Amino acid sequence: MGCTVRIASPLRSYTAGAATLAARGSTLAEVLAHLEQRCPGIRFRMIDEQNRIRPHLRLFVNTSEALELSASVRDGDTVHIICALSGG
Amino acid sequence: MAATLWIGTRKGLFALRAGAARGAWKLSGPQFLGHTIHHVVQDLRDPRALLMAAKTGHLGPTVYRSDDRGRSWREASEPPAFRKAAEGEEARAVQRVFWLTAGHATQAATWYAGSSPAGLFRSTDGGDHWQPVAGFNDHPMRPKWAALGTPDGEFLHSILVDPRDPAHLYIAISIGGVFESTDAGSSWTPLNQGCAADFLPDAEVPFGHDPHCVVQHPRLPDRLYQQNHCGIYRLDRPGRRWQRIGASMPKKIGDVGFPIVLHPRDPDTAWVLPMDGQTVWPRTSIDGKPAVYVTRDGGATWRRKDQGLPRSQAWFTVLRQAMCTDARTQPGVYFGTTAGEVWAGRNAGERWHCIARHLPEIYSVSYAH
Repeated sequence: MGCTVRIASPLRSYTAGAATLAARGSTLAEVLAHLEQRCPGIRFRMIDEQNRIRPHLRLFVNTSEALELSASVRDGDTVHIICALSGG
Repeated sequence: MAATLWIGTRKGLFALRAGAARGAWKLSGPQFLGHTIHHVVQDLRDPRALLMAAKTGHLGPTVYRSDDRGRSWREASEPPAFRKAAEGEEARAVQRVFWLTAGHATQAATWYAGSSPAGLFRSTDGGDHWQPVAGFNDHPMRPKWAALGTPDGEFLHSILVDPRDPAHLYIAISIGGVFESTDAGSSWTPLNQGCAADFLPDAEVPFGHDPHCVVQHPRLPDRLYQQNHCGIYRLDRPGRRWQRIGASMPKKIGDVGFPIVLHPRDPDTAWVLPMDGQTVWPRTSIDGKPAVYVTRDGGATWRRKDQGLPRSQAWFTVLRQAMCTDARTQPGVYFGTTAGEVWAGRNAGERWHCIARHLPEIYSVSYAH
């Protein structure tokens, strides 16, 4: 049992094109660490070296925005990675 | 020898290729469509290898390596990143990998990267893993050296490795100045005497200048040239005072610009592309009449080279990495504009031809053989 991660299109070069992946973890940090194991390089494109979520990128657990990587994730949850595209 | 020009743009990577005669250029790409490509550099120690600095507007910055002349690319396992900040420290994160420089010929796998905010990074495995250069990034003076920034943040560029000594390095920061290390980056000292900083109240400040581009001649490594926010300069080491060679440019043209490029064999020959630095700094070709200027005597005199360039209403902006020369006896000179045109000046810029247009905003033009 684990969660489902919905991958924004700019990150699908790391997931062989997959739009959703299954992952494990009880926090967002653990889920992203698991994702990184499966898709090397994907985490740093989302999270900077100070463990901050990069600007223009939003993480949701189900319908609630997660502002910290310590946010809880439960079995059956869906983690949404959303790129806030803007500009020309 | 066949030539490739790697064109880094705001929206992807393109290549222009030509045979030895440089008669016709063929455009290919884009690769990495939608990615911002700041710099592409060939490894002269292994000409099949290239490194590329990239990011997208919403994802973090990274570096890619090719071992087959750009046919395929592999992302760095550990891209340039600052160390994790301790409690109470400024927590810096690399926003852009802006500049790449191959290391010394005797250090086959060493590369350097410069970032925004201003950071220096080194890889010793061909660009796969990167470590911060603590001697600069954690230098107690760094916050003061790189205090002013630009509208896009301050960034570190023009990383120069002395071909006689791998421990002898130069870097430049916009805005911050030129800095020198003689111990492989463990310690740094400012090297800005003689450079104007018209935007500061004190004309003789030791740092805080805005070097747009600094180059070192490969055959005369004691000869440095600098295109600065305020002018064009030359420095012959071990001297420490830059000489304003832009003072000999025509007064109505001035000596503001971004790139400066060198003849591959003649240390007295350099090309610049002046831009309008008056009033609100339009940074476009002066009076809408683009021209390259060349010196063949180390900056004592300059000659205008505009044959083939538009005669009027052409408002070119050419960024610091968007101009280069090739390796011919009479080198070709190339530049790319922010409006997506690439121009080639055959025979040392005697006559110009547009060899690509309609590309995205061009950030860098790099020659590879």
